[in-house]
Amino acid sequence: MRWFSAALLLTLAPSAAMAEGSTMPQMNFSNPLTLDQVGWMAVILVVLYVVLSGWGLPQIGKVLENRAAVIARDLAAARAAKQEADKAAALQIATLSAARSNAQAELAKAIAAAKAEAAAKAAALDAKLEAKLAESEARIEAAQAAAMAAIKPVAAEAANSILLKLTGSVPGQDELTRRVDDALAARKAA
Amino acid sequence: MAGPSINALEQFSLTTGLGPIGRAVNFTNSNEAMLAAAVIIVGMFAVGLRARALVPGRIQALVEVLYEFVHNMCTDTIGEEGRRFFPLVFTIFSFILLGNLIGLFPYFFAFTSHIAVTLALALFVFLFSTAVGFYTHGVGFLKFFVPAGVPGWLLPLLVPIEIISYLSRPVSLSVRLFANMTAGHVMWEVFAGFMLLLVAGFGVFGAVAAIIPLGLNVALAALELLVAGLQAYVFAILTCLYLHDAVHMH
Repeated sequence: MRWFSAALLLTLAPSAAMAEGSTMPQMNFSNPLTLDQVGWMAVILVVLYVVLSGWGLPQIGKVLENRAAVIARDLAAARAAKQEADKAAALQIATLSAARSNAQAELAKAIAAAKAEAAAKAAALDAKLEAKLAESEARIEAAQAAAMAAIKPVAAEAANSILLKLTGSVPGQDELTRRVDDALAARKAA
Repeated sequence: MAGPSINALEQFSLTTGLGPIGRAVNFTNSNEAMLAAAVIIVGMFAVGLRARALVPGRIQALVEVLYEFVHNMCTDTIGEEGRRFFPLVFTIFSFILLGNLIGLFPYFFAFTSHIAVTLALALFVFLFSTAVGFYTHGVGFLKFFVPAGVPGWLLPLLVPIEIISYLSRPVSLSVRLFANMTAGHVMWEVFAGFMLLLVAGFGVFGAVAAIIPLGLNVALAALELLVAGLQAYVFAILTCLYLHDAVHMH
């Protein structure tokens, strides 16, 4: 702590010496160098100004301008390329969608054609089957009719003989024929 | 205790430089530093302009950054007319900046710590901007001292104030730079001298304690680096502002 206060004292010592003793060299205008340095500064500054304004700064300006121009040119080129690419992409998308819709139309047509053909084939087959069915039914009908016609004399004769055995007398032929017809008709209806 | 005598102002005293030739023409040690600053600036341009690369190298990038910094300062502050004054502002800015920066190195003279130098620069800026004002607006530039939209009875009070504030521009411009640079270098010298006094007064213990002023000087070095850039910037931007006033009158 003691040396610190001594230190404080020491810090102030030079500034105190400055205040009472020597004057500032900057304020010593009796020294001719004080003003002469300004004259030489003027010479140095004029030369520096001439060199900088005539050579250094315009050259740097040119370098910067050149860079700005190159960047602008590259940007423009990139922008143009992007536009081109966008156009190509749009064209590709349009072509793709056109091709897709074309293909879809083609496909739909093919499906419709196939469907129509299938329907026609099915109709033809139906008609043929229908015809065959009708023919078969007719044949069955005919066979049935023939069978019915063939069974009537047999039934009449069987009824005649049964009645003869049961009653011992021959029934009236008209009556018998009519009853047999009725029974057959009833059977057929059932 | 009898320590070594420390004179914090000795560093500002002028001598002649460049040997007998310099002595003959009063070329001072501060002019040596000015010459060094100018040579460094021109050398930076020479190196930076060697490649003229699309993608700049270090020195080229440095020169380009300086160029664009000052160019933007001119066009932003003065307007489009600022392009005409750009080489002038660039010369002043780079000269002061390099002067401040090389003044931070040992054995280099900080010429911006001389009031004669800064006052000459400030007077040039003041006279030049005033000349630009009269060149651009003729006698009408005097209307600059009459604030617009002020009641007439206030004008006898305001016009002198405006004129005084205008005339004080070179003073504030020069003293700001001079005082900042001088104060920084004096502080450095004081703390460095304090280290010598500590060693002389307290021996080994003083040498150990000298770490404190040494640390302070290291911190001051960072501060002075900031001040060097800042004061150059302030001088340049105020130059731009004065030129703006001269061109636009408001």
